Amino acid sequence: MTSTPTAPTPVIELTGVSREFRIGTHVVRALDGINLTINHGEMVAIIGPSGSGKSTLMNTLGCLDQPTSGSFVLNGQDVSDLSDNQLAETRSKQLGFVFQSYNLLPRETAISNVELPLKYSGGYSGKDRRSAAQTALDRVGLSERYDHRPMQMSGGEQQRVGIARALVKNPELILADEPTGNLDTKSSAEVIEMLRSLNEDDGKTIVVVTHDPEVAEAMKRIIAFRDGRIVEDRAVSHPIPISAGESEQ
Amino acid sequence: MNAALLLSTALASVSANKLRASLTLLGIVIGVSSVIAMMAVGRGAQVSVTSRISDLGTDLITVRPGAQALRFAFFGGGGNSDVLSLGDALSLKDEVFAPDVHLVAPENSFSGSAVVGSENTFVSGVGVTAEYLEARNLNMEYGRNISNVDVENVSLVAVLGSEISETLFAQQNPVGATMKISGREFTIVGVMESQEGTIFNPDNSVLVPITTAYYRINNGKGLFDSISVSSINVLASSENTVDDARLDISTVLRLRHELGAEDEDDFLITTQQDTIETLEGTQGTFVILLGSIAGISLLVGGIGVMNIMLVSVTERTREIGIRRAVGAKRRDILFQFVTEAILMTFAGGLLGVLVGWAIAYFGNGATVDGDIIETVIETHIAAIALAVSVAVGLFFGIYPAVRAASLNPIEALRHE
Repeated sequence: MTSTPTAPTPVIELTGVSREFRIGTHVVRALDGINLTINHGEMVAIIGPSGSGKSTLMNTLGCLDQPTSGSFVLNGQDVSDLSDNQLAETRSKQLGFVFQSYNLLPRETAISNVELPLKYSGGYSGKDRRSAAQTALDRVGLSERYDHRPMQMSGGEQQRVGIARALVKNPELILADEPTGNLDTKSSAEVIEMLRSLNEDDGKTIVVVTHDPEVAEAMKRIIAFRDGRIVEDRAVSHPIPISAGESEQ
Repeated sequence: MNAALLLSTALASVSANKLRASLTLLGIVIGVSSVIAMMAVGRGAQVSVTSRISDLGTDLITVRPGAQALRFAFFGGGGNSDVLSLGDALSLKDEVFAPDVHLVAPENSFSGSAVVGSENTFVSGVGVTAEYLEARNLNMEYGRNISNVDVENVSLVAVLGSEISETLFAQQNPVGATMKISGREFTIVGVMESQEGTIFNPDNSVLVPITTAYYRINNGKGLFDSISVSSINVLASSENTVDDARLDISTVLRLRHELGAEDEDDFLITTQQDTIETLEGTQGTFVILLGSIAGISLLVGGIGVMNIMLVSVTERTREIGIRRAVGAKRRDILFQFVTEAILMTFAGGLLGVLVGWAIAYFGNGATVDGDIIETVIETHIAAIALAVSVAVGLFFGIYPAVRAASLNPIEALRHE
């Protein structure tokens, strides 16, 4: 939709971000003074072993959590000190989430799941919601699945509903937390291809947390975490699409 | 989230678990329907009692012996007489001192066994004068009333209530027959019309002259004037002079009983209006009692709602996390769960009103233990019950909803 601007515009700017958790008398530092800038139109993989702080980073980027210290500027707005309501509004307006376990409402149809973010932002009539949700589902290739419930769809399809839900409000940034973690190779390839297409064709900024090296190599930039710090930050000159191996289906 | 969306979301969530929702509803349905039904029965009883009393005529005044408040008998206070006498009654027929008294009918009571041939029954009787029938608004079916000649002559004559007449003489007209009361032979001179359904049902009583009851049955030894009476029925000259008549009676009796200005009345004057008020008061208490019992079941229903909502919040922790992640604010979650709770109690209340209404409607005129149940359905009770059930939903839904809203979205998403 939007073309990549010539001068890089930062979408995410983290400056000296730390996040501490207190467990009893123990203080665990999940993020330790992170400085990180992600520009508009980037496609970034965040990797690292469990406990390296990548989930905490994701929660922070997703405005579900706030840093203990440091500043987080999202699309030019400092969100480090926002109230709970303002954070909810930011999530609603600026972000799309894709989860490892899809996190669809099991009783709702695909279209109604995709409509969900619109219900919480106001200003949409039932008709508007439906057509926006249809557009998003069409975008991920699920035009035939509007009225299917999650249980009636394959894992790959469910994850695409998840992506449609992330897209429905047309946010700048899409955050995906292990989006292929529950999927077979073929579905993983489809999902990664979908994210790539959203990045290249629609100009979305995409951040994927993964510990699958194959997924990481399909991105354009890889940031490695260990013990709450960035230990590696490199550009991938030639992203390798995941080969669609034999499917389990 | 706007109200319509909130409602449709809540509706979808509630109907997703129909069995659970209906069981939860049941508590509220039972609570509300019992409130409606019990209030209808209570009000029905109140209305019918009031109307029966009014049937007796609102100009009836009853005078009984005894003080209004606790008497200071131990300290020698109070009047000089604890009883009312026939003399007291006769003195109330005084155009000078009691101009607003139209009719005076003293009575006393007796009881004993009545025997006709081999038939034997226990009777409670009333010693009366000729005025009794008019005062009590009664009519004769057969024969004649007790006359004042009978009273003067201390005659052994009796008038029977319709039911006792049937017990002793089956379908036959007993006028002219004889019966024994407490060993004395009485001639039956009349039978009263049945007054079934009225509050002072005379069907089972026997009327004899007041003098006969005193001298011949109760074996009294006093002079005519000092014959003790259990109560004096007085009719005021009109419905508007009841209060004046009451004052007349009080004045005359205080004079006769030689009560000083400091002394309290040693008699009790009750008008029909007093009786209605007292009964309505008692009935009101009764209605409140019924209402409270029903209200308790509503409370129990509310606790059921709270219980289910708490379970629901735990079960749907992940759903809450998802909603929060896609932009729901705390208050969106709060409203959603409160709406669900209110939806359940409102539906329960609505159903309860219908069921209660049906019970009251079909129960009207039903007979329980020989008593006819009358019900009065009041719209405002239904409205209140409905409002209360919504309030119950709000009250018991708020805590689970607050818990849902205060969940940390990260932890909620990670749940199970």
